[in-house]
Amino acid sequence: MNNVSVSVRDLSLSFGAVTVLDTLNLDIKNGEFLVLLGSSGCGKSTLLNCIAGLLDVTGGQIFIKDKNVTWEEPKDRGIGMVFQSYALYPQMTVERNLSFGLRVAKLPQAEIDKRVARAAEILQIQPLLKRKPSELSGGQRQRVAIGRALVRDVDVFLFDEPLSNLDAKLRSELRVEIKRLHQSLENTMIYVTHDQIEALTLADRIAVMKSGVIQQLADPMTIYNFPENLFVAGFIGSPSMNFFRGEIKDKGGRKVVEVNGVDFGMEAYPARGSLEAGRKVVLGVRPEHVKVDESVSGMEVHDAVVDIEEPMGADNLLWLKHAGQTMSVRIAGSRRYAPGTALKLSFDMAMASVFDAVTENRI
Amino acid sequence: MDDTVTLKGQAAHAAARRLAPGPQGKKPRPMFSPRNIMIYGALIFAAAYYLLPLYVMVVTSLKGMPEIRLGNIFSPPLEITFEPWVKAWSSACTGLNCDGLSRGFWNSVRITIPSTIVSIAIASINGYALANWRFKGADLFFTILIVGAFIPYQVMIYPIVIVLREMGLYGSLTGLIIVHTIFGMPILTLLFRNYFTSLPEELFKAARVDGAGFWTIYFKIMLPMSLPIFVVAMILQVTGIWNDFLFGVVFTRPEYYPMTVQLNNIVNSVQGVKEYNVNMAATILTGAVPLIVYFVSGRLFVRGIAAGAVKG
Ligand SMILES: Nc1ncnc2c1ncn2[C@@H]1O[C@H](COP(=O)(O)OP(=O)(O)OP(=O)(O)O)[C@@H](O)[C@H]1O
Ligand SMILES: [Mg+2]
Repeated sequence: MNNVSVSVRDLSLSFGAVTVLDTLNLDIKNGEFLVLLGSSGCGKSTLLNCIAGLLDVTGGQIFIKDKNVTWEEPKDRGIGMVFQSYALYPQMTVERNLSFGLRVAKLPQAEIDKRVARAAEILQIQPLLKRKPSELSGGQRQRVAIGRALVRDVDVFLFDEPLSNLDAKLRSELRVEIKRLHQSLENTMIYVTHDQIEALTLADRIAVMKSGVIQQLADPMTIYNFPENLFVAGFIGSPSMNFFRGEIKDKGGRKVVEVNGVDFGMEAYPARGSLEAGRKVVLGVRPEHVKVDESVSGMEVHDAVVDIEEPMGADNLLWLKHAGQTMSVRIAGSRRYAPGTALKLSFDMAMASVFDAVTENRI
Repeated sequence: MDDTVTLKGQAAHAAARRLAPGPQGKKPRPMFSPRNIMIYGALIFAAAYYLLPLYVMVVTSLKGMPEIRLGNIFSPPLEITFEPWVKAWSSACTGLNCDGLSRGFWNSVRITIPSTIVSIAIASINGYALANWRFKGADLFFTILIVGAFIPYQVMIYPIVIVLREMGLYGSLTGLIIVHTIFGMPILTLLFRNYFTSLPEELFKAARVDGAGFWTIYFKIMLPMSLPIFVVAMILQVTGIWNDFLFGVVFTRPEYYPMTVQLNNIVNSVQGVKEYNVNMAATILTGAVPLIVYFVSGRLFVRGIAAGAVKG
């Protein structure tokens, strides 16, 4: 229990008749970097605002450091928060932005100065302290916003899409910086995003959400390689996983998934339950789990023809029609295939995912 | 070697593009195109339409009575005199007493300043609470307030007279100030609520996480960001209250009559000849305050109206 930093129990939240969160449970470990990932409108911000105390919950409890904070004011929860739009106080200088909360709490001036100086040093914003937010770039503003959470000296940091207003280059820079910050501070961070790259690169664990329900909570590699259901499988990965709708058949003692007359042997697939014949399933294979013209033992080898080639520098993406579906294959950027070239696809069934077509859960 | 060749080629290409004959730069527009004639014609006509009465007033107020009797109201004064202005301010007769508009001016000042300050203070806090603190029943409260804005004044006059009488405030300046404050409330609250709603909500959330409460957020975060809307509210209130006639007549006694009521009494006084020049001067004097307020803060007014109108 004392290893848990934030604990959300049976949390419900409705706006009038609209229920956004329904008996949601989530435990976040001390020092963990947890990412809430989901598409727009699924309730990520709502959950974060509940944890912050900015929304009154309809039901359930929230614990932070073993203290029931369900009815506490935001300032008494030991949290700092960073917002997408930075939310810096426009009329105050950077220094006064950083110290605002400390001044409200009536801390001694010496302590305020010390904490502001430390935050400014960590985030390298000392030269900006006398400026107004309007005189800063987007990246600098977000640094100041992070600094405002930093000076509060809290255990839990909440981020609500902090990087999505920045351009691609700044985003990847600041992403690394947040990761470094987490490594040096070692406090708990809860980070909301709809960017899967951010989620995969930053998280210790990712909670994938859909319409207010956590679909899967696991470390990034598990989420990526062993998605729990069809939604998670389709949401993560770019280009997305190749899906083949088919049926399990027993062909001479051999279990296969038959997709439009093409058989995928299931010997290598680590199935959890039985793959009984006649079951309608969706077979999912990531683009990089298919080899091209490489003979690898134990893989399913099929013939196919290249449709479109998309060279992306490090990678080369081949699009082709196979078993009646459009699919993509990722190969090394140095290997080029002109459209119309015939090739052999080797499917790595050990890394595939099979979902029930009805329940959409992993088999 | 190859590089330099292509670089030279590019430079030559760019130069060729620079020197190409034909249209370039800003497109010339004829001054007297049909479009310009239409636009400026309409604008000048509208401006003249509104300025002509003002011109007549100013000109007339600077003439002596004999000159006015000649009857040409558009001609400039042959002999400029400020006598009518002095008379209007300090010695024109309003029924009983003959001390001009000055008394009404000071009454109006004593009515307008407190009413404006109190109504804006209360309405801005109302608007802030409605926009940011979404308390229980906020929607109902807001609806009632807005409905209040659509009830005609005339319906409420007699009940208010009774209420003021019961409170012992009927006929006093305090009573009139309270009435002005209350009647300004719906529209001002709406104005402030919409403005505060248009400010980013995350700012408010950030302040709450920082530990600021209701008043700290209002004074330290919201107020400094709201100058334009306060100017709008001030202009609305100053002009509205200054120009008010009905409430002034109904809720006060003659010694507290505001400037508008006194102006009416001067203009309509039946004794002696009609002194058009004094009447005109008195009218301009009465209208001067709202005019000055507009000129001084007009720019902020437009900005605030725009900011409030965009969202909410
Ligand atoms: N104040 C509100 N009143 C009514 N419904 C709301 C309110 N705030 C949010 N919602 C609804 O709650 C749902 C979840 O909203 P939330 O802001 O948590 O989404 P999100 O996952 O953060 O999305 P995004 O990625 O776009 O920020 C949405 O469907 C939204 O319409
Ligand atoms: Mg959100």
